[in-house]
Amino acid sequence: MDFLNALVVLANFVLIPAVSYGSQLALGALGVTLVYGILRFSNFAHGDTMAFGAMVTILFTWAFQAFGLSIAPLPTALLALPFGIAVTAGMMLLTDRWVYQFYRRHKAKPIILVMVSLGVMFILNGVVRVIIGPGEQRFNDGARFIISAGDFKKMTGLSEGLAFRSSQGLTIVVTLISVAVLFWFLNRTRTGKSMRAYSDNEDLALLSGINPEKVVRVTWIIAAILATTAGVLYGLDKAFKPFTYFQLLLPVFAAAIVGGLGNPLGAIAGGYIIAFSEVTLTYAWKKVATYMLPDSLAPDGLAQLLSTDYKYAVSFTILVIVLIFKPYGLFRGKAV
Amino acid sequence: MKKLLLASAATLLATAATAEDIKLGVLLGFTGPIESMAVNMGAGAEMAISEVNESGALLDGSTVTAVRGDSTCIDAAAATAAAERLITSDGVKGIVGAACSGVTGAVLQNVARPNGMVMISPSATSPALTTAEDDGLFFRTPPSDARQGEIMAEILMEQGVESVALTYTNNDYGKGLADSFQKAYEDMGGTVTITAAHEDDKADYSAEVGALASAGGDRLVVAGYADRGGSGIVRAALDTGAFDTFHFPDGMVSDGTIGSFGDEVDGSTGQLPGSDSPGAETFAEVVGDAFDPTSIFAGESYDAAALIMLAMQAAGSSDPQVYKDKVMDVANGPGEEIMPGELAKGLEILAEGGDIDYVGATAVEFIGGGESAGNFREVVVEGGQFQTVGYR
Repeated sequence: MDFLNALVVLANFVLIPAVSYGSQLALGALGVTLVYGILRFSNFAHGDTMAFGAMVTILFTWAFQAFGLSIAPLPTALLALPFGIAVTAGMMLLTDRWVYQFYRRHKAKPIILVMVSLGVMFILNGVVRVIIGPGEQRFNDGARFIISAGDFKKMTGLSEGLAFRSSQGLTIVVTLISVAVLFWFLNRTRTGKSMRAYSDNEDLALLSGINPEKVVRVTWIIAAILATTAGVLYGLDKAFKPFTYFQLLLPVFAAAIVGGLGNPLGAIAGGYIIAFSEVTLTYAWKKVATYMLPDSLAPDGLAQLLSTDYKYAVSFTILVIVLIFKPYGLFRGKAV
Repeated sequence: MKKLLLASAATLLATAATAEDIKLGVLLGFTGPIESMAVNMGAGAEMAISEVNESGALLDGSTVTAVRGDSTCIDAAAATAAAERLITSDGVKGIVGAACSGVTGAVLQNVARPNGMVMISPSATSPALTTAEDDGLFFRTPPSDARQGEIMAEILMEQGVESVALTYTNNDYGKGLADSFQKAYEDMGGTVTITAAHEDDKADYSAEVGALASAGGDRLVVAGYADRGGSGIVRAALDTGAFDTFHFPDGMVSDGTIGSFGDEVDGSTGQLPGSDSPGAETFAEVVGDAFDPTSIFAGESYDAAALIMLAMQAAGSSDPQVYKDKVMDVANGPGEEIMPGELAKGLEILAEGGDIDYVGATAVEFIGGGESAGNFREVVVEGGQFQTVGYR
């Protein structure tokens, strides 16, 4: 029984939160890594693209809710997601037409494009705040829990509860689906293959008749899909607030770089590595240890490796270590 | 000619003895991080001054002029220079200020004590100022943050909560409050199972909540902000079933908390500065449309200026070395209670040799080294609303 309790505590406070947070990071890192791999610059506007996509989806969600449309027990936001993606993709294509295209034509250096994306980030930052405001917005409806801590205790008779939120379940499922579809697209379809070719060697790709503008457009659309999905899932799981998306940018980039920028598999692994290291290294193992060990060995202290203050130091320490020993990331992406 | 000079000198001396023009420094953070608050704080202090001037009752018809100085809130050198100028160049007889704890300490040590100048701060709340050397010159109208920690510990102990987990927002406010609470609570026999800081506006709080839950406790004390990291912590703690009830200090007692959690946090407790004294309401009436009377520290500023002038009246002198001993007397009982807008009445009672107990906008009651005891409103969440259970 004690063993089961220990397992439940671990799942409730470490495994489930880390897996869902890791999935959110992975989706964000995939978008960053894709833009880096194909367009060859670090897109700092990605965090605010997530905020923009989530904002549009929220506006549609509110409209649907007003009309009484619902797909309970699933959140209405899922129904609004395709519309959010469409608007975000349109916004990204326009941004490319008005901003990035100019620099691409002039064969600007990547660092210039990075600075341009910084500018785009600030503009999106402002646009989102003007439209929906800087405050916190809630748009979550439908069932909140797949299983709540109280119900779990009643069901199993264990003294520890296990909570599994529907938003967490949804995050994990949607991440799995998007990753599967993305890999299928990149490896099996003609457009996907042409994107990979363009990423590997731009000149050769051009010579073999690949239309670069089409590759760029498709890349932006996929980035919009990933960003909006990640943004909405994050907003459903926690809450929508423009500033937190800006803050999300750092762990997302850490995940993408740890995995290897430009490598989609690395982005996913990086997301989970960052999430798990943040949660496990700062977790106080007292409760788990008390259940697992005989009474005489049970710890008096918290059995905490690092105080939670160091949570962010953990992910960046991993980033630094990876960059020192494997400069191209764990999964060999492009040089940073 | 000589006669004329003598005569005019004599009249000057005579008028100086009876009525004078007293300058009062208003040294607040007019630029810098709290510049938006400083507007109404300055207005509050100057309102008390003009009220006294209209009454004409201060020291046989003396008038008071406010001289503003900028304490910047963060730049101790600039604040010190501004205070220096107020005293040496403008010749002020007392200072309402400074506005932030750090610069207030600097001005007190570098300017006020060497010059023997009385300072009453309307907004410095750092516990460190309680024990600062002040030669009896420094007072403050808001309570020290240490006070809220004690009140918090009292509330929890009275409810029989003897072990809590504690999380605070990682800044001076959160850390100061958490430290003072932990000390007070442990002195009363309570146990703090874990003290974990959290950063505001971060993406994920599962690590923090995991650690807090593992340490356990009857209640989770969240010394944070309702619309920032604090609500993220509460959300994650509720969802994982780690804690059902919480204790909310002032930063969390807000509509944001109610809007986000409603009856999910029923049974939680909290406290925030506030009193059932009618002073706040009277203050709002007196202010009218001049500025926002509920603006933070506006009432404290009014009270700080009023106290200086009442102390002058009680001492019968505008000399800081003389009236500094009267500040405590006019602030505390016994005597007639003086509300905002009744400064004229207070001055008259003092002129006749009577006693007053200045209540003012914020129910001023000085303790210890001359700081406000602070009044706190104790609340509990019932049916998804904060209900007031009492004042302490």
